[in-house]
Amino acid sequence: MARSSRLHQAEHRWALAFVAAPVLGYVLFTAYPVGFALYTSMTQWNGLGAMRFIGLDNYVRLFGDQYFWQSMGNTVFYMVGIPIGLALSLALAIGMNRAIPLRSMLRTVYYVPVISSLAAIAILWQWAYNGDFGLVNQFLAWFGIDGPNWLASTVWAKPAIVIMLIWKGLGYSMILYLAAIQSVPRALYEAAELDGANGWQKFRTITLPMVRPVTFFLVVTQVIAGSQIFTEINIMTPTGGPEYSTASSVFHIWRQAFRYQDMGYGTAMAIMLGILILIITLVQFRLNQRNSFVLD
Amino acid sequence: MTERSATSTASSGTTGGATHASGTAPGGTGPTPSSGAAGGTAPPAPPLGGPSSGPGPVTRRLGRRAQGRIADWITFVILGIGGIAMVAPLVWMFSTSLKTKAEVFALPPVWIPEIPQWETYVRMWENSYVLTGFQNSLVVATSVTVLGTITCSLAAFALAKMRLPGRNAIFVGLLTGIMIPFPTLMIPQFVMFSRIGWVDTLLPLIVPAIFGNVIVIFFLKQYLENVPNSIIEAAKIDGASYWQIFWRLIFPIIRPAVSAQFILWFMMVWNDYLAPILYLNTPERQTLQVVIANMNVQYATQRDYPLIMAASFVALLPILAVFLVFQRQIIESVALTGTKG
Repeated sequence: MARSSRLHQAEHRWALAFVAAPVLGYVLFTAYPVGFALYTSMTQWNGLGAMRFIGLDNYVRLFGDQYFWQSMGNTVFYMVGIPIGLALSLALAIGMNRAIPLRSMLRTVYYVPVISSLAAIAILWQWAYNGDFGLVNQFLAWFGIDGPNWLASTVWAKPAIVIMLIWKGLGYSMILYLAAIQSVPRALYEAAELDGANGWQKFRTITLPMVRPVTFFLVVTQVIAGSQIFTEINIMTPTGGPEYSTASSVFHIWRQAFRYQDMGYGTAMAIMLGILILIITLVQFRLNQRNSFVLD
Repeated sequence: MTERSATSTASSGTTGGATHASGTAPGGTGPTPSSGAAGGTAPPAPPLGGPSSGPGPVTRRLGRRAQGRIADWITFVILGIGGIAMVAPLVWMFSTSLKTKAEVFALPPVWIPEIPQWETYVRMWENSYVLTGFQNSLVVATSVTVLGTITCSLAAFALAKMRLPGRNAIFVGLLTGIMIPFPTLMIPQFVMFSRIGWVDTLLPLIVPAIFGNVIVIFFLKQYLENVPNSIIEAAKIDGASYWQIFWRLIFPIIRPAVSAQFILWFMMVWNDYLAPILYLNTPERQTLQVVIANMNVQYATQRDYPLIMAASFVALLPILAVFLVFQRQIIESVALTGTKG
């Protein structure tokens, strides 16, 4: 007994040593910064001099900050691309599941934008959206459409970014949907066929419910990622776009904190963003639970 | 090749969380003729109906098969057109990099430059910070992924297979960390690193990451759950130390999962932009993504788009090359992370 417990103690020590790094990393780079952020958000501070404690003033200020709400609104707008992208990628996955020629090559083609660097892609699309010489307007000209100067237009700048985001993310969702579709038991479809179900009915009653976990995963992760959109905004519209119409929340936070050295206020907005993301994620999990209950 | 992997993923997909990780084993370890034979023949679309679809007049079945084939071709054409739309911008990027300035602004557009201006690539390499950017990105991505992978593998081993009081509490604690988005942490982290004088060095990009990535730990832990405890017990009885057990036994077992995660992580670090622009000010210390973003600003005013496109294209190349080589593992592990449910 004594011997075995000593053995266990040795094992405990080794196990502790093996997990020490991530635990230490968590304390140093997550827990401590969160605490520090909570305090900083209640100060007026330029990042260098003395911190002046001002209580909740930064949070009060944020409610009256027109640019904060505008950037929040823009961020929400970018998410309209999520359902469009999901519908397209599900259709693609269904197509890819057929015995079509050059299937694996096509799959690779759709996946290439996913792995490409976002900075390079943003630069490419910025040039593609050029009003006079850009690829997009040249393409539209084939159909006799005179395209706008996308990124300089308050109306078209956001949709332009959404189109680019859909293009970039399509392959990723497609792969996940494809894996989910291929795991649907064939017997379900065969049974439905015997019952005389048509293609649409099979899609609605079998495919769609069976890929629901993937849809849920994609919606949750893409909402989280979408609420942190920054790179493409910073590169394509370095000033936040015409009348700040493309600025995202993270762009606005970054600008306040690192351009205008308003660290306290930037931190308050960052905390607000973190809380909002958390709430939205929890609501999604809640809704998902309820839906699956109804479905069962 | 890719077909096989997705199918092997799919076959384990119905049985829920834990078995998913085991699904990578046959796909990831290389030559597995059995799984290849099962998945190699593309699963026909459900409406096609195989030999098992029961009795029915032969003519009707043939008719349906022909219909299916026509539908396949229509699907192929649609997906093909979509595929062209997917690569067209990238092809255009490459072709622009080889154009003269006049060709860039030519109307109607020039798709294939008359004389490819390869010297643009030479100019890009010599006149800018592309080379140092490349080196810096390589230093960051390599050190993060190599050291971070070791950290994550050890932690996953301890969390999945070793006796440790409060093991689950530790794991759940770590998981809470991933709920906090980086933008919320970026300001305090920046302040921390600026106080110890690490701003404008690569250290803030490397150091936090080598303490481990919870998502990678999670993935490897799941994978290890399927490894029987008995082989570890046997090794203990043989007198192996925990370090030996890890290095000789566990690491070889999880290698397929590790390599998949390694590649994904490498891509993520290579393509990162937000953290590098926070920390790196001096041009020769910047990573490639920041370098090309700055070139974009600087050379756009000179309308030197071929140079910008050349640099952006070069930023894509390493990852594109890795992807083309490891396509199968990458797609498979992406499919795994998403369908876990």
